[in-house]
Amino acid sequence: MSAATAWTVADVRAALLAKKISARELAAEFYGRIERRNPELNAFLTLSPERAYTQADRIDASVARGDDLPPLAGVPMAIKDVISTRGVRTTCASKILENYVPAYDATVVERLERAGAVLLGKTNCDEFAMGGSNENSAYGPVHNPAALDHVPGGSSGGSAAAVAAGLAVAALGTDTGGSIRQPCSFCGIPGLMPTYGRISRYGLVAFASSLDKIGPLAGNVADAATVMSVIAGHDENDSTSAAVDVPDYSSETQKPIQGLRIGIPEDYFAEGIDPEVKEKVQSGIALLERLGCKRIPLQMPHTDYAIAVYYIIATAEASSNLARYDGVRYGLRVPGGTLTEMYRNTRERGFGAEVKRRIMLGTYVLSSGYYDAYYLRAQSVRTLVARDFTDAFKKADVIVTPTAPTAAFALGEKTADPLQMYLADIYTVTGSLAGVPGISVPCGKNKAGLPIGMQIFGPHFAENRVLQVARAFEEARGSGS
Amino acid sequence: MKISREEVLRIAELAHLGLSPEEVDTYRGQLDGILNYIDKLKKIDISNIEPMAQVLHPSAGSDAHPELRGDTPRPCDIADAVLAAAPDAEKPFFRVPKVITR
Repeated sequence: MSAATAWTVADVRAALLAKKISARELAAEFYGRIERRNPELNAFLTLSPERAYTQADRIDASVARGDDLPPLAGVPMAIKDVISTRGVRTTCASKILENYVPAYDATVVERLERAGAVLLGKTNCDEFAMGGSNENSAYGPVHNPAALDHVPGGSSGGSAAAVAAGLAVAALGTDTGGSIRQPCSFCGIPGLMPTYGRISRYGLVAFASSLDKIGPLAGNVADAATVMSVIAGHDENDSTSAAVDVPDYSSETQKPIQGLRIGIPEDYFAEGIDPEVKEKVQSGIALLERLGCKRIPLQMPHTDYAIAVYYIIATAEASSNLARYDGVRYGLRVPGGTLTEMYRNTRERGFGAEVKRRIMLGTYVLSSGYYDAYYLRAQSVRTLVARDFTDAFKKADVIVTPTAPTAAFALGEKTADPLQMYLADIYTVTGSLAGVPGISVPCGKNKAGLPIGMQIFGPHFAENRVLQVARAFEEARGSGS
Repeated sequence: MKISREEVLRIAELAHLGLSPEEVDTYRGQLDGILNYIDKLKKIDISNIEPMAQVLHPSAGSDAHPELRGDTPRPCDIADAVLAAAPDAEKPFFRVPKVITR
């Protein structure tokens, strides 16, 4: 790792106010870092310097006038390339959208810029956010900054690698079955999946609409909380965004955690977990106990069914959402003699192997004769998985688990067997199905020096509590291994 | 075997996906493995369980979820930009291969 200075949101603010650096100089510093590191990491797909410097100049003018600075003034950020940015190419890491330039901004992008953030560019990911290793990008995999021959996790692997390598202070990712939390675990930074409905998805390219969430990845929990305060809350352009009051996450995360009940589901520490991951997460739990939390053993008996439920529901929704890529209105068109041939040729050439596999599976489970046996059954078991969480939160304030069964694996290690790749989502998809918030926070490294993440789930709309526990844990653990 | 080669071809047609013969074989094997795994859901008694139809949590309250907003037209003004990005457009239409033949 380079010895580049790690900037936090607070550092940026202090440096701007003290006039030690201008927002333009800071943006240039980050573009310099990207120029040096991106060739080996492949974290960014598209850079947006024109937009970034225009925004930086606006911030510098504010500083010069002595205006009150907004919460993310001058903060260099990265945006996962499934989130629409007006005038800046948005590919979803797919060939089918290689030259797609959105005509509008996602609400989260608009809110970040209004809060002063400087958007450096768009980050690599698995194609249409489908994958857990970033190896499904049409533009090549992202490399883990902690070990370049290892995956960064996925699907928000570019966002996680960019933040972990100091190429952005914070980033936006999306999480459908673990796509923020798992790459954060693999890259050694915190990342939050919010409650379903907490953050507007207007402008997010849809993968699985009953599961997709946008959330922050950052160098520390306080910065993730600041980003959350900016992007959370109802949006009239997204009818699935909830009009629930948004607390000031930054002050909420300062609260002490003494007396909180932490639920430990035994089902998450059973077979399949790497011994080093188990040990580090258990040490993390012991640290929370030393901080005054009370340990509550839990049963969450439907955990073992969550992967099967997830891969029915997510692929069914994906097969429907991705029907829009037909070569008619935007993106790639591959000519054909008839309209149907054009659709078929476009989709054959435009989609990668994993996206095709999921469209096939999703089409199958929704097709005539199979709907009840697969989709409807999965929706019923989803009710049971969600009920496990409701029951658990009667006894515990938060639930603590590993984020992933292993640390980052080697590039190419799991690509031959899609089912093995899916099974690695076991600890994250449960909360995704239930719609509750969850964060991954670093809890150590294995002997090979690869980061390990601990996951903290909270009840619906209790991101404040999740962030509060994560921040106390981060502070107590320090930045050691 | 859960899924045959013919079923793979039928599904690909429903999904408007062109597949090479090699892809048909690969996907047949992989989908078979995944469907076999998914079969574990058959072990659960779901006779009295409501399928989950709404993910937004009831704690959000009905007021917190204003699905309906006023039917008030607002300016959009991006039609030109949208058409300019289309593979083949002739304002105000998208052009496609001939659909109706006689």
